Amino acid sequence: MRLYEYEAAKILQNEGVKIPEAILVETPSEAVQAYRRLKRPVVVKSQVLASGRGKAGGIIKAEDEEQVKKAASKLLNSKIRDLPVKKLLIQERIQVAQEIYLGLIIDRSARRTVIIASSEGGVEIEKLAAEKPEKLIKLYIDPLAGLNQKQGEEIASKIGFQGREAEQFTNILQKMYQIFIKMDCELFETNPLVLTKEGTLIPLDARMIVDDNALFRHPELQKRIEDMTELEIEAARKGLSLIQLDGDIGVIGNGAGLVMATLDMVAYFGGKPANFCDVGGGAEAERVAEAVKLVLKQPKVRVLVLNILGGITRGSDVAKGLVDALNAVSRTVPVSVRLAGTGEEEGRAILSRAGLKYTSSMEEAVREALGVS
Amino acid sequence: MGVLVNKGTRLLVQGMTGREGRLHTELMLRYGTKILAGVTPGKGGGSVEGRPVYNTVKEAVKEHPEINASILFVPAPHTAEAAYEAVDAGVELIVVITEHIPVHDAIRFIEYGRRRGVRIVGPNCPGVISPSECKVGIMPDHLFKKGHVGIVSRSGTLTYEIAWSLTSSGLGQSTAVGIGVDPLVGLDLIEVVRMFQDDSDTEAVVVIGEIGGDAEERLAEEMKNSGGGIPVVAYIAGLTAPTGKRMGHAGAIISMGEGTAAGKKKRLADAGALVADIPSDIPKLVRKGLEGSVRS
Repeated sequence: MRLYEYEAAKILQNEGVKIPEAILVETPSEAVQAYRRLKRPVVVKSQVLASGRGKAGGIIKAEDEEQVKKAASKLLNSKIRDLPVKKLLIQERIQVAQEIYLGLIIDRSARRTVIIASSEGGVEIEKLAAEKPEKLIKLYIDPLAGLNQKQGEEIASKIGFQGREAEQFTNILQKMYQIFIKMDCELFETNPLVLTKEGTLIPLDARMIVDDNALFRHPELQKRIEDMTELEIEAARKGLSLIQLDGDIGVIGNGAGLVMATLDMVAYFGGKPANFCDVGGGAEAERVAEAVKLVLKQPKVRVLVLNILGGITRGSDVAKGLVDALNAVSRTVPVSVRLAGTGEEEGRAILSRAGLKYTSSMEEAVREALGVS
Repeated sequence: MGVLVNKGTRLLVQGMTGREGRLHTELMLRYGTKILAGVTPGKGGGSVEGRPVYNTVKEAVKEHPEINASILFVPAPHTAEAAYEAVDAGVELIVVITEHIPVHDAIRFIEYGRRRGVRIVGPNCPGVISPSECKVGIMPDHLFKKGHVGIVSRSGTLTYEIAWSLTSSGLGQSTAVGIGVDPLVGLDLIEVVRMFQDDSDTEAVVVIGEIGGDAEERLAEEMKNSGGGIPVVAYIAGLTAPTGKRMGHAGAIISMGEGTAAGKKKRLADAGALVADIPSDIPKLVRKGLEGSVRS
């Protein structure tokens, strides 16, 4: 789950990292009040879960009340990278001497947390990686030992920090690492981390992605659903993974890989999938029924492919769920069922009793649905 | 022989008394897997399918010192603890079936195991089967048949699909390894392919990949560098899938490719793998590979 800048910044502040003074607002008049409280030049920053926000015009500098009001009105009526702006952060303007990049991320192949830093922050990090790879500092962290003091000092020195600056840097890095572990982050970066003209290091921005599988350990984070259609949200609430696509062939299966392969096969034989729908492992009749009902809610679906190869999922549960759903749905859509694996005999018996045909081959089921011989 | 599991495997089931633990204890026993005991904290003294249940792995291993593998059906919030316990008790192979495990937990228990030479398969995997010998997993076993094709897969149900298509066309399997669906897993694609390359019973390897990550790209790199070996047939799912969860900017720097199905297919083909467009083409390609291979 991605966190907003103001949420990630708050976490940094709670750990004792100095961050710019800022106030979260939702209307232009609140923005003006915030400016009056801060009493200095500010930046008006849209709170959207998109990177490259500055480039997309989501950050505006303001010198006085009038400019703050104008910027706030403009941003609150706009979309940044297709996302509507609902909240703004009115942040004090910092006099910048140098911009640094500092990020922590999980390298899944290496099975390690890696720290990435650069003395040239403020730009998009992937652009920097492509153009000046020598400017990237990377350090892999031993997951059992964690980050030690020497490693932090080494990165500080590679960036070119000495004395008080190096000390501030290692302190911020150490705290970010602690947060990264404590908050179960997949990504935590600040870009830019700035050195002010007075010699203080301050993170001007903060981006954080928390591992969805670890949300049970963080009840303080309110789970939210991002970038999803209404049907997808409804599916997620029911424990189903559904993604809507452009075509007219409804697809349901168990296991992401099998569903993906089914979509690929529909496309291979010239069809267009209407959706991706994975009922997951161990789906019970009710969950399968919900999946069928949801997929058939899409008026564009003219035929449904149900592709089940049971492992934990039992064939009888699947068949029962399908039959229940088809009885409950008012429209009649041809269904092409592939059922094999655990409990296939019981499942097929249930389908036969309901007058539904089935096959044991995925290719056959897809061909039948598409009318390809 | 096959790899990882065989007739000599003596299994412990952690989380034996739960719904899935019970079901699969029964199914694995029926297949002929030698299950000696189970563990569920607080349920010690009971039994499942005639196998004793203990409170801790330590107790179970003390009573059954032949135990050399463990399969975990433990709920995600407790999986890491269960894995540490198995590593500490000296179990050599740990197969983690549980899904939705926090990635930081997985990083730590996988590292803990690797440092002690313990092989951890998964998490979020269907397990390992050497047909007619031993099954340590949840796969519908009647889809598999003894033979000489090794399968290594990043998918769950797609592994069964492809095993079934091989079996139906008369190509049995030495071992099928589901390494796990999560982007971060213990034993990886390359390690399993190496095991198959060294296994005298395996004459060809089928690699089942998916979009995301860079495991297939790294395998292609290794195949290019090492050259030769038994034929590798690959299928990558997700050609038409919408771009999955992106890790954001920094993610792009540390992986070798963009993780698209098309990119993976191309790299593997360039490295000499036979690449299938649809799963049902795999048996044909395996036969083609075997014809041109030296070891068969």
